[in-house]
Amino acid sequence: MHVVSPIRETLVLNGKTYHDVTEDICKQVEGKPTKEWKIVFGISVLVLLYGAAWVFWTWWEGLGVWGLNKTVGWAWDITNFVWWVGIGHAGTLISAVLLLFRQKWRTSINRAAEAMTIFAVICAASFIVMHMGRPWLAYFALPLPNTFGSLWVNFNSPLVWDVFAISTYFSVSCLFWYIGLIPDLATIRDRATGTRKKVYGALALGWTGGARAWARYEDVSLILAGLSTPLVLSVHTIVSFDFATSVIPGWHTTIFPPYFVAGAIFSGFAMVQNLMLVTRVVYKLEDYVTLEHISLMNKIITLTGSVVGIAYITEFFIAAYSGVEYEQYAFINRATGPLWWSYWAMMTCNVLSPQLFWFKKVRENILVSFVMAVVVNIGMWFERFVIIVTSLHRDYLPSSWTYFTPRMGDISDYIFSFGFFFTAFFLFSKFLPVINMAEVKSVLKSSSEKYPEKKKVTA
Amino acid sequence: MADSKYLVGVFDDGDELLHAVEDIRHQGVKIHEAYTPFAIHGLDKALGYSFPRMGVAAFLFGITGTLCALLLTFWTMGVDWPINVGGKNFFPFPTNIPIVFELTVLLAAFGMSFTFFFMEDLGPTSKPIIFDVRSTDDKFVVAIDLAKNKLSETEISKLLKESGASEVNVKEV
Repeated sequence: MHVVSPIRETLVLNGKTYHDVTEDICKQVEGKPTKEWKIVFGISVLVLLYGAAWVFWTWWEGLGVWGLNKTVGWAWDITNFVWWVGIGHAGTLISAVLLLFRQKWRTSINRAAEAMTIFAVICAASFIVMHMGRPWLAYFALPLPNTFGSLWVNFNSPLVWDVFAISTYFSVSCLFWYIGLIPDLATIRDRATGTRKKVYGALALGWTGGARAWARYEDVSLILAGLSTPLVLSVHTIVSFDFATSVIPGWHTTIFPPYFVAGAIFSGFAMVQNLMLVTRVVYKLEDYVTLEHISLMNKIITLTGSVVGIAYITEFFIAAYSGVEYEQYAFINRATGPLWWSYWAMMTCNVLSPQLFWFKKVRENILVSFVMAVVVNIGMWFERFVIIVTSLHRDYLPSSWTYFTPRMGDISDYIFSFGFFFTAFFLFSKFLPVINMAEVKSVLKSSSEKYPEKKKVTA
Repeated sequence: MADSKYLVGVFDDGDELLHAVEDIRHQGVKIHEAYTPFAIHGLDKALGYSFPRMGVAAFLFGITGTLCALLLTFWTMGVDWPINVGGKNFFPFPTNIPIVFELTVLLAAFGMSFTFFFMEDLGPTSKPIIFDVRSTDDKFVVAIDLAKNKLSETEISKLLKESGASEVNVKEV
C-alpha cells in the first residue's frame, strides 16, 4: 500500500546535498575568523574583563558591594542564578525531549542550544559561588568529612540538593553535547590536514561511522535523552524547592515546581531564539534555521508563557482561598506595593506579549521574534526578582520592612555573566560546528524533493 | 601492517547502500563493516548485528548509583553523625530522594557512555582505519575483507557495481 503523508514544510531549504551540508557548516570552523566575529568577540571579552574585575572586587571586599540589607538577604544574586539556570534548560529540552517526541526540526538547533545550556549553567553556578561571599569555602557544600570532625552536609537541605542537581545536570549536559559532537568532529578531522587534523582527530576519539558504532550510538543517544528528560525537570524542581520548602509567604507554595519548569522552558527557548536568529545571519545558515523553525519556537514560547500566566493567577487565587493573612498580604503587596512596577513588568512581558504569537504574521516575523525573545527574558528576570525581593522586603516584623536598591556590585556582577556567556558562545561557534551535520543529513531526504526521484535500486 | 586487502564499495546514497548490503550478503559475501556519515536505520540489522543493548549498561550503572547514594545519605545522616533536628527522623527517606535520583542519573549516563567508548574503542589516542575519508562527509562505504571471502576480487567488485556502487576501490591496510 502506498501512503502519502500530508506535505510538511521542508526542514532544510534550497535542496542541499549531503556535501553542501558539510561545506556550509565546516566553512566557519575551517576559515579565518571574519571581521564581524572579531568585533563581537572583542566586545564580549571586554565586557568579561570588566565583569571579572568586579567579581574579583566582590570577593576581595565582600558582599557589602551589593545592595543587600538585613531584610533582603537574597536579591540579584539568586535572581540571576535562577534566571541563568532557567535559560540553561532549553538545550536539554530541545535535544532530549524533542528527540523522544521525534521532532525532527530540532536537528538544526540542538547543537547551539546545548552549548548555550552549558554556558548558562556555568553562569548560574558562578552566582552561587559569588553569593557565598567566601568562595574559597565553596567545598563546604560537598559531602566531605569536615577536617575538624566528622560533620557532614545536611542531605535534608534543598541547598544541598541543588548542588547535586546542578552539578549532575552540568556534567550530563556536557556529556550529551560531546557525544553529539563526535561524528561531526570526525567529519572535520577527515577534511583537515596538519595540526587541525591532530586536534580534531583526538577530539573525535577515532570515530569512523561504522554501522555497529552508529547502532550503539543511536541507542546511547536515546537512553541519554530518556535520562536527561527527568533530569532537566528535576533541576528546576529542586531550584524551586530552595524557596518552596521555606516558610516565607510567597515562597511556600506547592505550585512552584511545575511553574518554575514552565518558566525555565519559556526563557530558555527565548534565549535560543535570540542566539539562533543572530547565528543564522552571521554564518549564513538561513537554509538550515528557517522561518519554520522560528515559528515553531515561537509556538513553544506562547505555550509556556501561557502556562506561566496561569501559574501567576493560580498563586493569587490560592493565596486568597487559603485564608492565611500573611499569604494574602504577600500577593497584594506584590501587585500594589512599593515594587509594583516589577510585578507588572513581569505580567506584561511574560503573559501578555507572547499572546501576539497567535498571529501567523507576527510569529514569522524575524525582527518581532527577536525583540519578543528579549522581552520574554526581561520578563523572566523580573519574575525571579518579584518572587525573591518582594517576598523578602516585607517580613514578619514591620520594623524591618525595607526596600531594595541595587548597587554597582549587583549590576556589574550581572554584566560579568553576560561577558562570560557571549565570550564562550562565540568561541564555541567559531571552533565547533554550530549545527549537527550528521543529524541534519539524516533529515535531508525526507525534506528535499531532489532525492526521492533518484534511481530505485532493486533488492 | 600491509597484510589485509579490502575491497571498498562507495555509494552515493544511504538507501542504495542498505539494499546493496542486503543483496551482497544474500550472495554469501562476508562484509567487514559499512561506514556512513549518519545513522542509516536498519543497516545494523542488514549486516546481521544483534540489537544494541546499551540499556543494560545504563541500568547496571544506574542501580549502582542508587545504592551508593542511599548508602551515602543513610550512613552519614543515620550512623556517622546523626543530627537531632526538632526530634525528626535521623534518616527521613523522602528528603533523600533528590540526591538518590541525581546520583542514579549521573552514574547511569556516564557509565553507559564510557561503556560505549570502551566497546567501540573510542578514545583520544585511538587510531582508526579509515577506508574512505569521504565516509564522514557524503559517501556511504562498505568494506569487504578479501581474505575472508571465497569469491574473487573481480566477482565481488562486479556484485558491488551491480548493486549500485559508484566506485569500487582497493585498500590495503
